[in-house]
Amino acid sequence: MDYSRLIEKALKGDRLATGRLLSIVERDPRGASMVLESLPEREGYHVIGVTGIAGSGKSTLLSRLLTHYADKGYRCAVVAIDPSSAYSRGALLGDRIRMQMHATNPNIFIRSVSTRGLKGGLSFAGVAMIDVFGRLGYDKVFIESIGVGQADVDIMRIADTIVVVTVPGLGDDIQALKAGVMEIGDIYVINKVDKDREGANKTMEYLLFAIEAGELGHRGWRPRIVKTSAVLDEGIDELIDAIEEHYRFILGTGRYGSGRERRREILVRLLAEKMLIDALESIEIETGKDLYEGALELLRRVTARYVDTTGGGEA
Amino acid sequence: MTDYREDFLKKLRDKVEKWERETLPKSLSRYPERMERFTTLSGIEIKRIYTPLDIKDTHYLERIGLPGEYPYTRGIHATMYRGRIWTMRMFSGFGTAEDTNKRLKFLVEHGETGLSLAFDYPTLLGIDSDDPMAHGEVGVTGVAVDTLKDMEIIFDGIDLGKVTTNMTINPPAPILYSMYLAVAEKQGVPREKIGGTTQNDPLKEFIAQKSYIFPPEPAVKIAMDLVEYSVRNTPKWNPISISGYHIREAGSTAVQELAFTLADGIAYVRHLVERGHDVDSFAHRLSFFFDSHINFFEEIAKFRAARRMWAKIMKEWFGAKKERSLWLRFHTQTAGVSLTAQQPYNNIVRTAIEALAAVLGGTQSLHTNALDEPYRVPSEFAAKIALRTQQIIAYETGVADVVDPLAGSYYVEWLTDKIEEEAWRYIERIERMGGMIEAVRKGYPQKELTEASYRFQKEVEEGIRKIVGVNIFTEEDEEEVRNVPLLDIDPNEVEERQIRRLREVKRGRDSARVESTLNNLRDAARRGENIVPYILEAVKAYATEGEIMNVLKEVYGVWTEPIIY
Amino acid sequence: MTITETERIKVLVAKLGLDGHDRGAKVVARALRDAGFEVIYTGIRQTPEQVVEAAIQEDVDVIGVSILSGAHMTLMKRLMELLREYGADDIPVFLGGTIPVPDIEPIKRMGVREVFLPGTSLREIVEMIRQAGLERRKRRGW
Ligand code: B12
Ligand SMILES: Nc1nc2c(ncn2[C@@H]2O[C@H](COP(=O)(O)OP(=O)(O)OP(=O)(O)O)[C@@H](O)[C@H]2O)c(=O)[nH]1
Ligand SMILES: [Mg+2]
Repeated sequence: MDYSRLIEKALKGDRLATGRLLSIVERDPRGASMVLESLPEREGYHVIGVTGIAGSGKSTLLSRLLTHYADKGYRCAVVAIDPSSAYSRGALLGDRIRMQMHATNPNIFIRSVSTRGLKGGLSFAGVAMIDVFGRLGYDKVFIESIGVGQADVDIMRIADTIVVVTVPGLGDDIQALKAGVMEIGDIYVINKVDKDREGANKTMEYLLFAIEAGELGHRGWRPRIVKTSAVLDEGIDELIDAIEEHYRFILGTGRYGSGRERRREILVRLLAEKMLIDALESIEIETGKDLYEGALELLRRVTARYVDTTGGGEA
Repeated sequence: MTDYREDFLKKLRDKVEKWERETLPKSLSRYPERMERFTTLSGIEIKRIYTPLDIKDTHYLERIGLPGEYPYTRGIHATMYRGRIWTMRMFSGFGTAEDTNKRLKFLVEHGETGLSLAFDYPTLLGIDSDDPMAHGEVGVTGVAVDTLKDMEIIFDGIDLGKVTTNMTINPPAPILYSMYLAVAEKQGVPREKIGGTTQNDPLKEFIAQKSYIFPPEPAVKIAMDLVEYSVRNTPKWNPISISGYHIREAGSTAVQELAFTLADGIAYVRHLVERGHDVDSFAHRLSFFFDSHINFFEEIAKFRAARRMWAKIMKEWFGAKKERSLWLRFHTQTAGVSLTAQQPYNNIVRTAIEALAAVLGGTQSLHTNALDEPYRVPSEFAAKIALRTQQIIAYETGVADVVDPLAGSYYVEWLTDKIEEEAWRYIERIERMGGMIEAVRKGYPQKELTEASYRFQKEVEEGIRKIVGVNIFTEEDEEEVRNVPLLDIDPNEVEERQIRRLREVKRGRDSARVESTLNNLRDAARRGENIVPYILEAVKAYATEGEIMNVLKEVYGVWTEPIIY
Repeated sequence: MTITETERIKVLVAKLGLDGHDRGAKVVARALRDAGFEVIYTGIRQTPEQVVEAAIQEDVDVIGVSILSGAHMTLMKRLMELLREYGADDIPVFLGGTIPVPDIEPIKRMGVREVFLPGTSLREIVEMIRQAGLERRKRRGW
């Protein structure tokens, strides 16, 4: 299919065309590669990942970042990755609600993607869209994920700058994060300082200590810590400063390209996974077997085919 | 320990067993039961029959008692409707102040005994009629109020010293209350004499009604400002109506309605106590509002359980001493959501049954829905039938002549206990979460409601729940529907008229005074003071509702819903 | 037509205007999800502009609007105009909620595919939306 007209329009900033182009990316990996290939390469777009404890205010904070960045004239895109529901093949994508007030901002484009049963929360489409946005001329591309476990570390690895959101007061929350995204932050945000300024200072000390001890930070970057109140719109400019500083850091040290590289790598892996899942799902639909049984069935079929082609065994 | 003699219980048990062995099977074989499981509308499984065995542990003296005495299961007054019939209070309002003034007078002429104002969307959300967001919504579902001027017209020719008025208003409640006060002042009615209710219940807005504006904490703070101010200045006013109605209509079960409402009440009492008020200084002014749904006995049991639980909460949790602090006084509305767009005249019957349940449950005041409920705010014709329904119950049926006639019914007492028990479980869960404000932030009650309403809808879909005209006894012909006379409003015309008046008021007022009263309000809000006196000043200067709300939004911020399905 | 393809039908469930009645919208959203759709819910208090923007950014196959506030004539008119302006009027639009019978015809004349009154079965809603979604996909050659 010829996407050139859509691409032309999308490159000019046409939102309808952009939305439709993204559907091609979403529909199948082949379309995604074609779209990516037909778009001119572009340097310098910045992928920002926001992660952290559930309910810490990631979405609210992201919403603030959008407002501030958009006001400064940056073109912002959000890839809202929503875990699709476990028990049906449908999905309710809800992250948009918190950002719907930006719907009519000409500098902001929000797109929801479901993970469609993929465990890690990352979908092929979601990752591909990031670079599509970048190549379409968006300056800042945001993704948000829940900060638990290895899966989220994976998600965040596709970002150029990782913002980890915590809240005042030390405790189990931070401990729980330790296993996951806590170590990978480029910037640590202590949000909700309006609720507990005292506690915010304690968390600050804790984080500082961890940085001093070398537990946090990597490859020459000393993580920044920013205190914010997303609801009161406090500290957002400081956060932006920190994000921009990190951006300059990765540009300056030649690390900028590595995020893109990782995304490419992940795309290949996801593609393989996706093909497998599609096969399993079609078995699920055909036979009503769940994923696990479906896997066994797939194995049986593959074996059967193998046996078949090698000389007349039974299925 | 039980109220019954052990040997009696034993004999009864034997008898029931024998009945189950001998009488029942014969009957079952000839007349198999219609369903495998029978449940109330809320999903409580019910048995075939109830006997003293089911309530053997319900001590009459402690748990049922006498009307007008703790724990008030049988009613808050000793004589109930033998003394005075409940207040017939029809929720009404549409168009501009003139239109609504006419409707109020019409209802009073036809025997309504209390007023109840419905506001339009812009008013509910603190937006002026000339705001672009208000376009198309002015005066459609309630009366449009922008300034004191509108309230003056609504109550033109109505003596605020003689009527009581309920106002279904939430975030802007202090503004509407202030307007009411200002009108009373102009009419020369002393503050001590004015009576009525402001709904002013922010927590259920997050849970169910969704006309929230501020985040939970400031929303509760503002609402409690009004309670504090009202208790001191207008001793006959109910500054809050802690509402289960909306929770139920949004899809909850009866148990959830009861539990979440009481949990909201607990949060408010706690807030006021933390502010340094003696519980007995305000508790008597808290009022409640429940739904009366179509599952007859379940509703009656719910009302009875509600009274008993609240009395216990006030006495045992908060140490209230005054008798009136223990009373759960409540308004009831029949279940709008039980009414159908199909075969709309059947709605009269549903409403009558629901109203009867409210009366048998001991309500203090009642709104009955009109037959055109699923279409538009009621026409005069439909509203009158709804009012007449109450009058028939009050004056013809005899149910108002005796207090709590269903007490002692094995089924009703069992169900009352059952609902209470399940409601406590919810309340405990909410307490463990840190109370209702925290639960609401986490979206817990919201989630429970979404689940329950979806479950119900699926049951209707599967035919487990039967609704006449919807999934049984359906008819193809829509003639009946087409011929229902609907209230005739032209939104564009209303909007124009309203905006014209708003402009006139703005032209005629002292804008420096508006400015300074708004600045004073802002400062007071920033200092954390009670904001009601400042709002009153702004209202009297003819500041618009929108202007006042914008100041408050600036100080307190606005709320966006967490993602809950 | 395999189920995998219908599965991906994307529906925007939107609440237009100041209306806070979300019970019906949420019930419908869940029913659609359970039937395998991808549903995006806008939340309450949306302007027509916001809804159209959400629809094109998400590139949905169907828009389902819920209005119980009586403001449907004004709001739907604006919504349909905007869709045309954006060139997105190939997206089928459905309306549910409190719609007096005499308003149904004028609303359909605005280009709304179907109006669902209170009491409509979820099965019927799901089927109509599925059909409309599939048709649109077909038109796009999907
Ligand atoms: C429940 C209810 C409430 C609840 C709402 C709870 C909630 N969170 O949703 C409460 C008690 C809070 C409430 C409050 C008010 N209400 Co009300 N409410 C109703 C009631 C009784 C039922 C609505 C309902 O939820 N039904 C159950 C659901 C499942 O049905 P449904 O929404 O109709 O959905 C079905 C179809 O319409 C369709 N559908 C609906 N949406 C969608 C979307 C899509 C995409 C599709 C495909 C289909 C579809 O499919 C569904 C399944 O069949 C109606 C009257 C009635 N009987 O319909 C009045 C009604 C809608 N309310 C009304 C009014 C006036 C109000 C208030 C403004 C009153 C006031 N002045 O204070 C407030 C405003 C609240 C607010 N913030 O918006 C009026 C509106 C009048 C008008 N349009 O002209 C009505 C019609 C009652 C009346 N006649 O006065 N209300
Ligand atoms: N007091 C205060 N509350 C905040 C702040 N930021 C967010 N919140 C509130 O915290 C709650 C959760 O906010 P979200 O933005 O949904 O948090 P999240 O981290 O995206 O949540 P999940 O995506 O569910 O993990 C909401 O009720 C917000 O209003 C803040 O700075 N101060
Ligand atoms: Mg979030």
